Amino acid sequence: MARIELEGISHTYNPPSVPEAQREYAVSNMDISWPDGSANALLGPSGCGKTTILNIISGLLQPTAGRVLVDGKDVTPLAPRERKIAQVFQFPVVYDSMNVFDNLAFPLRNQKVPEREIGKKVRETAEILGLEDLLKARITSLNAADKQKISLGRSIIREDTAAVLLDEPLTVIDPKFKGGLRRKLREVQNRLKKTMIYVTHDQHEALTFADDVTIIQDGHLIQQGTPHELHSQPASPFIGYFIGSPGMNLLDCTLQDKDNTLQFSDFHLPVSQELKNKLGSAGTSLKLGIRPEVIDVATREQDGAVAFTVSVIEYTGAYRVLTCDRESSRIKARVSESISVTEGDRVWVSFPEEKVNLFFNEKRII
Amino acid sequence: MKNRGWLFVIPALAVLAISAFIPLMTVINYSLHYIFAGSTPTFVGFENYVEVLRDSVFLQALVRQLVFSLGILAVEVPLGICIALCLPKRGPGVAVCLVLLGIPLLIPFNVVGIIARVLTQSAVGVIPEFFALFNYSFNVSKDPVDAFMTIFLLDVWHWTPLVALLCYAGLQAIPDAYYQAARIDGASAWKTFRYVTLPKLRSVLIIGVLLRFMDSFKIYAEPLLLTGGGPGDATTFLSLHVARKAESYQLGYAGASSFIYLFIVIVFSYIFFQLMTHIGKGETK
Repeated sequence: MARIELEGISHTYNPPSVPEAQREYAVSNMDISWPDGSANALLGPSGCGKTTILNIISGLLQPTAGRVLVDGKDVTPLAPRERKIAQVFQFPVVYDSMNVFDNLAFPLRNQKVPEREIGKKVRETAEILGLEDLLKARITSLNAADKQKISLGRSIIREDTAAVLLDEPLTVIDPKFKGGLRRKLREVQNRLKKTMIYVTHDQHEALTFADDVTIIQDGHLIQQGTPHELHSQPASPFIGYFIGSPGMNLLDCTLQDKDNTLQFSDFHLPVSQELKNKLGSAGTSLKLGIRPEVIDVATREQDGAVAFTVSVIEYTGAYRVLTCDRESSRIKARVSESISVTEGDRVWVSFPEEKVNLFFNEKRII
Repeated sequence: MKNRGWLFVIPALAVLAISAFIPLMTVINYSLHYIFAGSTPTFVGFENYVEVLRDSVFLQALVRQLVFSLGILAVEVPLGICIALCLPKRGPGVAVCLVLLGIPLLIPFNVVGIIARVLTQSAVGVIPEFFALFNYSFNVSKDPVDAFMTIFLLDVWHWTPLVALLCYAGLQAIPDAYYQAARIDGASAWKTFRYVTLPKLRSVLIIGVLLRFMDSFKIYAEPLLLTGGGPGDATTFLSLHVARKAESYQLGYAGASSFIYLFIVIVFSYIFFQLMTHIGKGETK
């Protein structure tokens, strides 16, 4: 197992004949470091450059610029095999003409490991994955989730594997098996403490699998942090909206000097002197972000609360999501079952100052 | 009758009856009678079959046919796979290669036979002249081996492109991830071919082998035009033998041998199909 680092990685799919100024970069100047034995995720919308980064790490793609380091050693010029980085693909890649045992044994046989040792390793790996009973089974008789486990098994069976890359491994799995396989991936990571990098556009998968999530947008790294950090302190309004369900409420506002308020399009909120000092000069255009779950919704008028009208109520089981409108502002609030409201009701909404995020120029300042 | 949908099936059934069922029944009917040159047919039961199976000329033609067809498969299938592997995957070269490969497939059987005849004509053809350089007298109308090999190579030239095109289509359908996984697993080029490419080509290879086997078993025009089945019986394949009997009005014999011929094609095709469908599915061990 190893520490994986990217240093100033850039990649363009344009041929070298394209002049520098016209090149389109899929990934630009990316620095990421993943500690040994960590569970990580690369999260971003489709087409943001995730798969490019993955192929650069595994060695299937040579970056236009930058270096890939494994335990501090530069592996950029090495072939995939020599980097000892394994990969689990979007759809299960298994060898159809072999049974489960032979599939798992394949990487070891290629390394010319003695047959007796192979048998022991295969049974160990099968036990970790819960495939003990299927070792003799034909590959074609298995479901996609079991095939994906074999694909994972092939990548963890070699002891010298430096890291395992998972490229949206749940995309084609039947919903019935998705949860089980997701827990299995997490369990295998916990048990073996192998460095794993999980690439996905699904925030739920990323946040449940990883201890460390890296968010990519348009080939740029936007934020790296724990799921909690990303959730409570998003580096940009994009992350605030992208992470969480429903995403963060984002409202444009300006700071007013004379009475210490934030002026929104059709209401205003008072701010404490302390907060105001951090926000800079008056007249600054800001964006306020607040999570739907920290908004206080009351059915009676309250001090400092703003009146909204409930326009839509969505039931999601344990809680409800209210869409609340004013003349030109709209927010979503997540409320528990204890508040009784119906569509069309007037509610008083307050924004707890300590839980508010403020963004200036698309970057988080508070 | 509530459901009149079956009415729509009648035209198709009629075409099938005319094109396949009626001729087949006629052949079976012939095979059970003694018919010679328009005389009144006499029912003889399975006598014609017994005669065919005891006829050394028929059995020799059958062995010759099997050697030819199995030889064709042994050369055309591996060669077709190799050609498909060598073709470019993308770019402007693809279209050029596919057209070049397709040309032999467009030439009719009889034209192929005539081309072969022109090329091998003694004193005129390019091939005898070429062999003359090595002091070998190449003569399809005298040397049985020359004639057989000419037909053999002609078929390889004519039909290997079909196998190659099928394999090429099969190769294009294999997702890159399989090759990437094999690289990561440290598989050698041979193992990648053996465990990724070949299993993924299974279904197109089944089609290719069956088509080539059935077609080569029916080879007729080329040997007929080259040497008329000679010299001696060197290129008298089953179809030529059956046709000769029919031409000499031995319709009972021709019917029985045709039916045996059909039966052999079906049996061999079935064996190939079963073998190729089940071989190497990872059940062993």
